[in-house]
Amino acid sequence: MDWLNAIIQGVLLGGLYALLATGLSLVFGVMRLVNLAQGDLTILAAFLSLAIVEATGINPLVSLVAVVPIMMIGGYLLQRLLLNFTLERGVLPPVLATFGLAVILQNVLLSVYSADSQGLDAGSIERSSLRLTDQLAVGWLPLITLIVAIVILVGLQLLISRTGLGRSLRATADDPDAASLVGIDARHIYGVAMALALGTIAIAGVFLGIRTTFGPADGPVRLIFAFEAVVIGGLGSLWGTLVGGIILGVAQALGNQIGPGYQILAGHLVFLAVLVFRPAGLFARQTVRRA
Amino acid sequence: MVLASLPAWGGLGIQRLLVEFFALLALATMWNLLAGFAGLVSIGQQAFIGLGAYTTLVALDRLGLPPVVGLVVVAAVVGVIALVTSAFVFRLSGGYFAIGMWVIAEVFRIIVTNTRELGAGTGISIRSLASMPPPERQAMIYWLALAVGVGSIVVAALIVRSRLGLALRAVRDGESAARSLGVDVGRAKLAVFVVAAIGSAVAGAVIYLQLLRIQPTAAFGVDWTAKIIFIVVIGGLGRIEGPMVGAIVFFALQELLADQGSLYLVILGITAIAITLLAPNGLWGLLTSRFPIALFGIERRLVVDDSGPDPGTAAAAVAKDGQ
Repeated sequence: MDWLNAIIQGVLLGGLYALLATGLSLVFGVMRLVNLAQGDLTILAAFLSLAIVEATGINPLVSLVAVVPIMMIGGYLLQRLLLNFTLERGVLPPVLATFGLAVILQNVLLSVYSADSQGLDAGSIERSSLRLTDQLAVGWLPLITLIVAIVILVGLQLLISRTGLGRSLRATADDPDAASLVGIDARHIYGVAMALALGTIAIAGVFLGIRTTFGPADGPVRLIFAFEAVVIGGLGSLWGTLVGGIILGVAQALGNQIGPGYQILAGHLVFLAVLVFRPAGLFARQTVRRA
Repeated sequence: MVLASLPAWGGLGIQRLLVEFFALLALATMWNLLAGFAGLVSIGQQAFIGLGAYTTLVALDRLGLPPVVGLVVVAAVVGVIALVTSAFVFRLSGGYFAIGMWVIAEVFRIIVTNTRELGAGTGISIRSLASMPPPERQAMIYWLALAVGVGSIVVAALIVRSRLGLALRAVRDGESAARSLGVDVGRAKLAVFVVAAIGSAVAGAVIYLQLLRIQPTAAFGVDWTAKIIFIVVIGGLGRIEGPMVGAIVFFALQELLADQGSLYLVILGITAIAITLLAPNGLWGLLTSRFPIALFGIERRLVVDDSGPDPGTAAAAVAKDGQ
């Protein structure tokens, strides 16, 4: 029963990881950019929510109405004012610029909030759970996180496949030069993609902050989990990201069942195994371009 | 010569500072070889720094080897580990390779943290040098560091000037084009990856011979790679001279801004982004674009002969002749 419980908790944890990874997956899919500041932006969103909660006393879940738009606007500006200038100049500039950004964010948060761990209190919902059997219970918050992750992924998938904006995103992802020939402003589209990504990061950050404590130095480990979920699921596949997040969550929960020191290691080992046996990920699109 | 004789006249403080300088110079030179010449951006070189530290511990304290022999063992062991590591991370490219290396470093950190024989999470001290009198020990570590610093630059310059270096630059500037010209891309990258791992491990060994206390979170910490990246980017990526310039600037900034705490790292981050965007060849690149200097003769410079009459005066001369 312990093991079954571990698997269920792992699936739910996977919802959070999928949420963390969606932005990374989306940005890579549209502009081949690997955002090394992803984890730190997630932590930034959590701190933003904390600041709003402390100022107004509202529930952190309600603070999403402010945190999401702020992060989206920030994402658009970040892309237009900085990251666009690093694209199409080889592998190094985007990696270096986003890594520099990560260091800046960590240290700005450190000087504003000190190294102490913080938490977001969402009230009774954090502690209430749904009883399945006498021995199995599912927390409402992890369940809501998983559902939110699925809703966001479905929403993004519909946006990309059904709308005019989605068509522009796909066209720019396939060939920015050709897209610009038919009047699509690739720089603007990249900005929109980053705004969408930071919108999902904002939600991930707030849910993360409610679930666990967080500090200014916690970004990198979030980036690593998000990255593992993306690679396990397959680059450029949003559904793969969901499955990748869940596999990572289950692996960590099972590792934790073996011993507390092995939770993170188990996730890394599953990731490395996928790299060796299915380097394109478990659910890679058939048409993945050879990089 | 002046640097080699320093232990005879310099204090322990300056020796300690220079050990740190040479070790970081070696680390930056190795990272530059990877990123600037092979196009492999890694943010997980701390994996090899930590491995270097812990293999040194095992070689010196457990096997009782003398320090210099110990460093040779470190090089051999980490070389093999790097080969195995490449089987995983070479499946990734670009930014994903960068994070993949980070995961590797984390894996080693967690393994060490879970190993009681290596001191687990609280860390462990290197004891076998404790019996040496401090001045002698410091002098020995200083000479090792000097050898590692200078050695890394010599190795990097030799590699860059060799056929392998030519192949690497071809790969960096266009992988498929290089492949179509018969460059064995995988082998070239693998060779540099292993050399860079060994160099980083030996530099890590020197750092921890001086510190004498190894703690997994610090030894496998990404801060190492952050410092290295700043040094290389500020000095000049893809230039042998870059890390030297960058390391000098880095140490100067560190002395100037050390009491600023986290603001110092914010300034470094902003500087690195600005240089990446505005001066991708770093300070050394800015310098050489003004003055034709080259310390290692690996640059090929196009010299435009402008001694002849320029078209304007030639046309004027023709016009004059016509009158």
